[in-house]
Amino acid sequence: MTDIQKQIVNGFTFTTDTYDQLTQAEVYGKVISELAETNPDIVVLTSDLMRSNKTGDFRRVFPERFFNFGIAETNMVAAAAGMAVSGKLPFLSTMAAFLSLRCAETIRNDVAYPNLPVKIIATHAGVSMGNGGTTHHAIEDIAILRSLANMTVVVPADSIETAKVVRATAKDRGPIYIRIGRALEPMAHENEEFDLTIGKSITMRDYGTDAAVIACGVCVKAAVDAADMLNEEGMKIKVIDMHTIKPLDTEAVISVAESCGVVVTAEEHSIIGGLGGAVAETLSDAGLGIKFKRLGIPDIYSAIGYPEDLYARYEIDTDGLKKIVKDLLV
Amino acid sequence: MGFKEFATKAELHDFLDDKAEELRSEVIRLSAIAGGGHMGGGLSMADIIVALHYHAMNLKVGDPKWADRDRFVLSKGHGAIAYCPVLADLEFFPKDWLETFNRLDSPFGMHPDMNKIPGVEMSTGSLGHGLSVGVGMALSARLDKAKWRVFVLLGDGEINEGMVWEAAQSASHFKLGNLTAIIDRNRLSLDGPTEEIMSIEPIRERWESFGWNVSDIDGHNMKQLVDTFDSLPPVESEAPNLVIARTVKGKGVDFMENDPIWHYSGLDAEKSEEAWKSIHSSRPARRVEK
Repeated sequence: MTDIQKQIVNGFTFTTDTYDQLTQAEVYGKVISELAETNPDIVVLTSDLMRSNKTGDFRRVFPERFFNFGIAETNMVAAAAGMAVSGKLPFLSTMAAFLSLRCAETIRNDVAYPNLPVKIIATHAGVSMGNGGTTHHAIEDIAILRSLANMTVVVPADSIETAKVVRATAKDRGPIYIRIGRALEPMAHENEEFDLTIGKSITMRDYGTDAAVIACGVCVKAAVDAADMLNEEGMKIKVIDMHTIKPLDTEAVISVAESCGVVVTAEEHSIIGGLGGAVAETLSDAGLGIKFKRLGIPDIYSAIGYPEDLYARYEIDTDGLKKIVKDLLV
Repeated sequence: MGFKEFATKAELHDFLDDKAEELRSEVIRLSAIAGGGHMGGGLSMADIIVALHYHAMNLKVGDPKWADRDRFVLSKGHGAIAYCPVLADLEFFPKDWLETFNRLDSPFGMHPDMNKIPGVEMSTGSLGHGLSVGVGMALSARLDKAKWRVFVLLGDGEINEGMVWEAAQSASHFKLGNLTAIIDRNRLSLDGPTEEIMSIEPIRERWESFGWNVSDIDGHNMKQLVDTFDSLPPVESEAPNLVIARTVKGKGVDFMENDPIWHYSGLDAEKSEEAWKSIHSSRPARRVEK
């Protein structure tokens, strides 16, 4: 192994400082290189997006276990299934918009239905492609993927969670869809000192029982900041980081709904069928008639603009969340 | 290689013709149990399936998970009716399981499920997926420096699907000479002749231009099937292989041959008898006296 290869598999130590300098995709690229050092079954696939998916490091160390399928996503997904049935542990990545829509049938028939350990890292999710526009926005992916039996769906809040989820899923034998952003999204966690269990939500703030915000992805940090500010103004909010959309932590949903009576969901996704949909299903199954609001992209094609401007437009940033929660409490 | 050893090629060919005759009869019988079946395409692919599973492929009777086995993907998943009986005959599961064919909670639907049927390597049914899956298997074999081959059986209409061509370009790009695709060229898809519905010719030139090593044979001639599979280039070679197997939809049952109506259909007891008689009488002449 050359010095640079050694550096890639050993040289990166995660600290809060270094996480801040890496996108979720970069963290994925580094974690997968570390894991592959001890797990010879790991293979990495991309479709001409090595540079965006940040899997170049992996290729540098394990060129024989790296496969670039070119601009042909469906073939890549089915080939990953073929590798999984032959004993490999494939991690594949490309843009969430293509994976969830173009490859939906391939993921369903070749990965989810046979229940194969194909690990899907969907990058550039939500509106994180910003001015890339509608074709590159993935605002339906959670709804599509969570409707597939056998599929686990995780939306990490930040790079620290991404690292933990990638590590955790290398050990399990099922399919998973991990949805990450594009840029240097701000950290929701202050350090790595927390447990991340797939399917178990994390209470980020617990100021009281005026309202609860259940969020995923970039909205977790926005909700945390909103709750901190509202606390100064005397409003006591809980913030739940619902990183796993499926299987949903229904116990936590019911618990905060019962204690607060006011629940807001926030996600970088259509308000139809995503986290908000999943929480709404849980509330109605439990017969809980509470004050409830879903925040996300309304039933339209998202506008062109920088992600931050779009988060503000659809009120899933700190200011938007603050305003919505306040309105509900008045 | 091979299910059984034979002193002469002629005895091997006779044995395979026997197996194909049995399989065709079983396609008719299972269609009756199911209340209908994909008989046309099942009958066209029967000789290919037999030549692969009883001769060309490295398999171990009774052990569907044997590590060194050759892999097979039935990309034309609707051919399950002419595939599952072979897996039973290879003792991958008890033969009486087949009596539930297509019934409530049966392991056998119209399309094969790898988690329900021992020996099925990949669940299929939606057309155009199997070759891509085969590419993934062949890549894994390369990584492991394994000697096993991957065989994928495609329908001819199936190659209308764009994903097949994504797979075709990737197989030559990744130099997968350990991958062999067979096209069951029966010339009919569900709605009629492939060349009228959506033409696929010139098949040979199209696949050759994608970097494949193409052979073109009579898919009902056991000698040609055996010779073609026996003379595949070494597993280490670089060009993926395509066998265009020219077949007849409904082969063996005179009233079904070349008629798209029998793509999926049912039979009453009288018609079943007629079909079995036709299968028996149209069996190729024996090369060696029994």
